[in-house]
Amino acid sequence: MILSSLPSLPQATTLIGGVPTDHIMILSAVLFGLGVLGFLIRRDLIVVFMSIELMLNAGNLAFLAAARERFLDPEGQVYTIFVITIAAVEAAVGLALLIAFFRLKSTLDVETATELEG
Amino acid sequence: MNDLLFLIPILPLCGAILCGILHAKGGTTKSLSGYIASAAVLGSFAVSLGGFFALGHGEALHQVVYQWIATGDLKVSFGLFFDNLSGFMALVVTGVGFLIHVYSIGYMAHDEGKAKFFAYLNLFIFSMSLLVLGESLPLLFVGWEGVGAMSYLLIGFWYDREGGWPAVAGQKAFITNRVGDMGFLIGMLLLFHHFGTLDIAALKTSSIALPAGLATLISILLFVGATGKSAQIPLFVWLPDAMAGPTPVSALIHAATMVTAGVYMLCRMSFLFVQSPTAMMVVATVGALTAFFAASIAMAQRDIKKVLAYSTVSQLGYMFLACGMGAWSAAIFHVGTHAFFKALLFLGAGSVIHGMHEEQDILKMGGLRKYMKITYVTFLIGGLCLAGFPLTSGFFSKDEILWETVKGGGQIHFILWGIGALTALMTAFYTFRLVGLTFFGKERFDPAEVHPHESPKLMTFPLMVLAALALFGGIMGLPDLIVKDGNWIHHFLSSSVTPLEEGMGHGLGHNYELMFLLLSSLIAIVGITAGFLLYARGPSFGQKIAKMAHPIYVLLAGKWFIDQIYQAFVLTPLFLLSKLAALFDLLVIDGLVNMIGGLAFSLGRIVRKLQDGHLQTYALWMAGSTTALIAWLVFQLWS
Repeated sequence: MILSSLPSLPQATTLIGGVPTDHIMILSAVLFGLGVLGFLIRRDLIVVFMSIELMLNAGNLAFLAAARERFLDPEGQVYTIFVITIAAVEAAVGLALLIAFFRLKSTLDVETATELEG
Repeated sequence: MNDLLFLIPILPLCGAILCGILHAKGGTTKSLSGYIASAAVLGSFAVSLGGFFALGHGEALHQVVYQWIATGDLKVSFGLFFDNLSGFMALVVTGVGFLIHVYSIGYMAHDEGKAKFFAYLNLFIFSMSLLVLGESLPLLFVGWEGVGAMSYLLIGFWYDREGGWPAVAGQKAFITNRVGDMGFLIGMLLLFHHFGTLDIAALKTSSIALPAGLATLISILLFVGATGKSAQIPLFVWLPDAMAGPTPVSALIHAATMVTAGVYMLCRMSFLFVQSPTAMMVVATVGALTAFFAASIAMAQRDIKKVLAYSTVSQLGYMFLACGMGAWSAAIFHVGTHAFFKALLFLGAGSVIHGMHEEQDILKMGGLRKYMKITYVTFLIGGLCLAGFPLTSGFFSKDEILWETVKGGGQIHFILWGIGALTALMTAFYTFRLVGLTFFGKERFDPAEVHPHESPKLMTFPLMVLAALALFGGIMGLPDLIVKDGNWIHHFLSSSVTPLEEGMGHGLGHNYELMFLLLSSLIAIVGITAGFLLYARGPSFGQKIAKMAHPIYVLLAGKWFIDQIYQAFVLTPLFLLSKLAALFDLLVIDGLVNMIGGLAFSLGRIVRKLQDGHLQTYALWMAGSTTALIAWLVFQLWS
């Protein structure tokens, strides 16, 4: 907020080419949708996992675009850093789960894990 | 003295705990239990005696041990009240109780469970003294239920004998008493509803007037409770069966003390009963009829204890007759003398049974006076008292009741007196039938097999003390006719009971009293002579009479078939009803419950399909719901 009130900062659009924010947002939404789709229909756990990463990064892109729109608001950029950090942690846990899953089932097919069927 | 009152119930309680520990421990130390229990009751007796002498200063003793119940309007303190009435009762209970404890040491010497037996006996004395000393109805009720529970445990003490019959008899006693207790409880709640207190002294002095109808209702409900505990029509059926217990139990609980609790309660609540002439008439009528009824059954019984049991029911009937006539002190007088002579008779019967190797059929006895001299003499004294032989204690108390009954002079008074006098005749007759068959005539057992013997000193000592008390106990209430102001007990109790208001007509003057006194003596002597002459040579002559009047004999020996009538008209319908109720429970109640459960179950069967275990189905639900939520939000924000 303090930064945004400074008059000497250059225009955001000049920094990253001239791509309008709307386009970046649409790209982010498409990427997120692909991630959801992949998560829902792919049976290989690794790919499901990658889909999650895709969704996270789609979110990051949206954050950055919004930050640029608000004169490089550092708040949005900080959130991106946050998300990347958490994604790293999540990846560690997720991969560990994957290995445990593989040891148990000798496969990575999610359809085989239906023990909690009601 | 006030602060020591709590010792009267507490000492037997401690004794019971000690005996219980001895029973659990087992071994030879069990023999100590009888002495511990007797000492505890002797202590209670000593405290009661101290209290009794302290009463001489005029003030009733009163000790509040602690606040027992304090909830809303109901405040009940654990308070003991030792006035003339409860003091007299406490003396009888602990005094006779002590003698019977001593007797039991000898009687139960060879029983495995004697420590348990003495624990129960002491607990009984504890409950009974609570009943007597309780200053409020709830506390009295606690004692009331306590003695009932001990009665149940002691009737069924030999639960494994005779194919479990004592256990059944115990249950019969307990359940029959429940019916009466229901009435007592409802009466108590009505009293609380109307007066807002259950403290007896507060009830007595309460200024709130009781409507006549309500007074009658409450009095009769309380009386229903008394008919249960004191074995009156229609709830007397349990007492004869209660003889399944050990004989000292019959003497202590089912003759001397517990069964008189109903009479005591009526006297305690006399201020209530005198407000309702209707209730008083009900009490008197039920008492007189019970006296007659039970005496007639006693004439045809063969079991020595059954005869005494029916005679107890009959004598209790006399006490209620006295209560119904407003002669409270006469009722309590009879409670006292009856406690002496009936305890004596039961203990004597126990001594006979003990000496005859557990034989109770008087037709298989005879001639026992040669074998057991002390038992014979004391039993004879007890018999004379029960029969009302002139100048014995039973004579004075029974005569006072009969005189108080007839003195009103009305038609109903003469009818009730007639029933009472006829009962007195039958009483004398069956008592001496019993004495004759047991102690006189030829031996009707095989002397080679059965060797009757006198009981040990521990058993004969209480017999002698009780015989002396029974013989001279009449001094408490000599009629004015013999000694001026000789009726000590009447003056003694006058501060504790509320007399019936006079003014029921002129009544009979004192001139008639002598006539009725002589009439009573005559009745007793005729009955005694008849019973003795008919049966002293053996049962054959009596059997001839029984054959001549066969239907009557069958009716009496069959106890008027009351048990069968109850079975047919009460128990069987009740059983059918409970079967019906069980069916209703099984089909309707359980059906309803199972239906609700089934509904939830089938709903669950449908819903659980959602949870199919596939990770991606869940994810689809999440994604779909989130999308729907967002769509809804967006729609809301735009419109």
